[in-house]
Amino acid sequence: MRFAPHTDDDVREMLARIGLDGLDELFEQIPPSVRLDRPLDLPEGVSEMEILADMRGLAAANRSADDLVCFAGAGAYDHYVPSVVWALAGRSEFYTSYTPYQPELSQGVLQALFEYQSMICELTGLEVSNASLYDGATALAEAVNLARSAPGRDRVLVSEAVDPRYVETLWTYGRGAGYEPEVFPVRDGRGGDPQVEGDVAAVIVQHPNRYGILEPARELFGTAHAGGARAIQVFDPLSLGVLVPPGALRADVAVAEGQVLGNHLNFGGPYLGVIATRLDDVRRMPGRIVGETVDVDGKIGYVLTLQAREQHIRREKATSNICTNQTLMAIAATVYLSWLGPGGLAELGRRCVAKAAYTAERLTEIPGVEPLFPGAPSFKEFALRLPRPADEVRDELIERGFLAGVPLPDANGHALLVAVTERRTKAEIDALAGAMREALA
Amino acid sequence: MTGAPVRTQGPDIQSGTIKDRSRAGRRAYSFPAPDVPGVSVPEEFARRDRPALPEVAERDIVAHYTRLAQMNYGVDTGVYPLGSCSMKYNPKVAETVAGLPGFQRAHPQQPDHTVQGALELLWRLERAMCEITGMARATLQPPAGACGELTGLLLMRAHHTKQGSARARIAIPDSSHGTNPASVRLAGYEALHIPSDARGLVDVSALEKLVDEDVAGLMLTNPNTLGLFEEDIEKITNVVHNVGGLVYYDGANLNAILGRCRPGDMGFDIVHINTHKTFATPHGGGGPGAGPVGVTEELVRYLPVPSVERDEATGEFRLADRPDSIGRMHGFHGNFGVLVRAYAYVFLHGSDGLQEVGERAVLNANYLAELVKEAFPLAYSGRPMHEFVATARPLRERTGVRAMDVAKRVIDLGFHPSTVYFPLVVEESMMVEPTETETMETLDGLAAAMLQAAEEAKTDPEILHRAPVTTPVRRLDEARAARHLKLRWS
Repeated sequence: MRFAPHTDDDVREMLARIGLDGLDELFEQIPPSVRLDRPLDLPEGVSEMEILADMRGLAAANRSADDLVCFAGAGAYDHYVPSVVWALAGRSEFYTSYTPYQPELSQGVLQALFEYQSMICELTGLEVSNASLYDGATALAEAVNLARSAPGRDRVLVSEAVDPRYVETLWTYGRGAGYEPEVFPVRDGRGGDPQVEGDVAAVIVQHPNRYGILEPARELFGTAHAGGARAIQVFDPLSLGVLVPPGALRADVAVAEGQVLGNHLNFGGPYLGVIATRLDDVRRMPGRIVGETVDVDGKIGYVLTLQAREQHIRREKATSNICTNQTLMAIAATVYLSWLGPGGLAELGRRCVAKAAYTAERLTEIPGVEPLFPGAPSFKEFALRLPRPADEVRDELIERGFLAGVPLPDANGHALLVAVTERRTKAEIDALAGAMREALA
Repeated sequence: MTGAPVRTQGPDIQSGTIKDRSRAGRRAYSFPAPDVPGVSVPEEFARRDRPALPEVAERDIVAHYTRLAQMNYGVDTGVYPLGSCSMKYNPKVAETVAGLPGFQRAHPQQPDHTVQGALELLWRLERAMCEITGMARATLQPPAGACGELTGLLLMRAHHTKQGSARARIAIPDSSHGTNPASVRLAGYEALHIPSDARGLVDVSALEKLVDEDVAGLMLTNPNTLGLFEEDIEKITNVVHNVGGLVYYDGANLNAILGRCRPGDMGFDIVHINTHKTFATPHGGGGPGAGPVGVTEELVRYLPVPSVERDEATGEFRLADRPDSIGRMHGFHGNFGVLVRAYAYVFLHGSDGLQEVGERAVLNANYLAELVKEAFPLAYSGRPMHEFVATARPLRERTGVRAMDVAKRVIDLGFHPSTVYFPLVVEESMMVEPTETETMETLDGLAAAMLQAAEEAKTDPEILHRAPVTTPVRRLDEARAARHLKLRWS
């Protein structure tokens, strides 16, 4: 299958116009010593029917959240994606366009991103959002770079209850940026006592945290500010219908995994990196930002703005190297948040809280199953202590049709993190409880 | 005059943002009847205010975002000749397969035995990427090209650290994409700028003088940012290797050489690929992309984790660790959904089809360059590959009309214009990349529009200064946007 439209006559005519006899002449400047003197060692091309058959086979070899009832979370969640989201974000004028370098032909993407930024500000209670980053983990790395721009402040304190994949990402990015994240311990799965000295740039807290527990974020951020550091919150956008938003908790920078905003699980990507800050930090913000302006006739329109922060202008002095971001996922998030509105966001949050509480109650009725952190307040996710290794229990429950959660290294591998979205029905929850009871019997 | 095919008209009632359509109490969402008892969030954590999201019906949402989509130009709308972006046609079958529930609904934290299909896809795609670039192994984790660059530079850092030599600088040509120097700094290095020579190629003698044992490596695009093949590439990679440095291939322009030559055979140690360029994964108005990074055998140990491995005995696939790895460049496995599309593209084309892609891309660029060269001469005399950099300098000198004016006039004449004012080393640059998926007739039409604009510059330059006049908005005041920041609705 090929998409180049040239007929043999076209090729001849075009070569003649260029003044050449054959296609090989177009490549004569490549030194013979580096030319590949054989075909690529790949199969010959195939038809659309054949590629579909091949890839349907691969897809069928997965047991997805359509085959297993999904209680897995730990950073990616099976929330419902309404039909309208991808009916619109999937329009080809959006998905086949490039970064809006010619704003007159890109008002659709630009305005959608302006609306996205607006909605992220409304959600978080912060003043500025950018137009997206790659995902939650890399958004945190960017937030740390922002915080470390403060003179004399290099150190980064991270709560032990922040998702370990995020901390691993900080370790990796820190090798280049010149820091090692310092993990401060928590008690009973939350809190902790970060020592914020004069060289600390940022204190990072995830709320709700990696165990699903609600953190005393206000106090932790107060400690950060008392030491002159920026407070960075990793948040769950869908918790903000029911939980106090980062801005009101006095976070300076809030980052999130935006997958939950209308994006599919996609085996981990493409997701959406959300970042919001205070207005004071707008010139330190990484990535694209869309601003409203007017055209020569005074008509309102949208452009990429504050580009002097960005790599294509500022080169090595840029606030980030990001160029391609996750615009399409941000557009999906915008449509999704329009679908939810304030009422839907609050209702969805209440559903998550209620269903997670009900699930925890049902599962802890099973002999030997206990909450890992008894009495800890949570949103949509909670950790259990199982009487057997959690990966074994999970695998047995897969055979019974459930993706029961994500095993944690805590409690000698006996801990299981269970996530319950608004999608899970009472019947599914009861069935999980029944299956787990049998598996552990 | 109708201009580029984007929507311009509509009743006033439809203008404004989605918030302007909001009416208290209107809604789109629906949920099943509650089936478990309600539980309230503890007082101290509970939100009191309501975020001011729009309150709209689903009908409003569809009307609003359909209108926005119609105001936007995409590859499906027409030719999109942005140089350095490879905006080729995005095959529809790639969308179909990416939407298969087995891929779209797979959770990234599922155990390996439940995602064998996804892992096999990644494993096969990694091998195809390695064959295409001449590398030993690759990571598919970086979610975009710039992240691939940072990955590559962190690999260099890990390599030099292991060798016990701390090095401070990375050499980059003056024509490089801005992400190169920005990534260099994020990786903790300083940029060492290498000048181009009169041919628009790396000045090898300057490179020899500038690089020393403090240089960790060189980043290079080939064909370079001027669309020219670096003919001295073996000399260049040797110069860097001779001081113990590594050479990084920025894959922005890989489309030109598919099946003809490979970065690995030119002496590159690290390669990134932009799947949203070379392998036609849709760019989504700015993203998502994917930036796989391939490396030579000696650097494999440092690649990000987890990697995908196959057990030779059982044929099973698993996620694995590497003890010397630089770590994790993405929260999960990268932009998997994008990689699914890249897989479809690569294996649809196969070895024969991919070589044809490169050939037709170079043919189209050379043909278009030939058609417009009288008005817009090439900035350098060498044969361009998949894109060419022309200049509107003679036009400006004669008429005062600038490259941006030409671009805006081309919009009124029905086409998306080329990249302008990049690369920075060429005055009044116009960087044109038609890609292989455009017909000769389309290129003839685009050339005619560019030539008409050049002609009008002489006879009626005001048309160009005023352009565009056919678009939903006309030229926008960017200075005002930066001065009076309005980054959200009020």
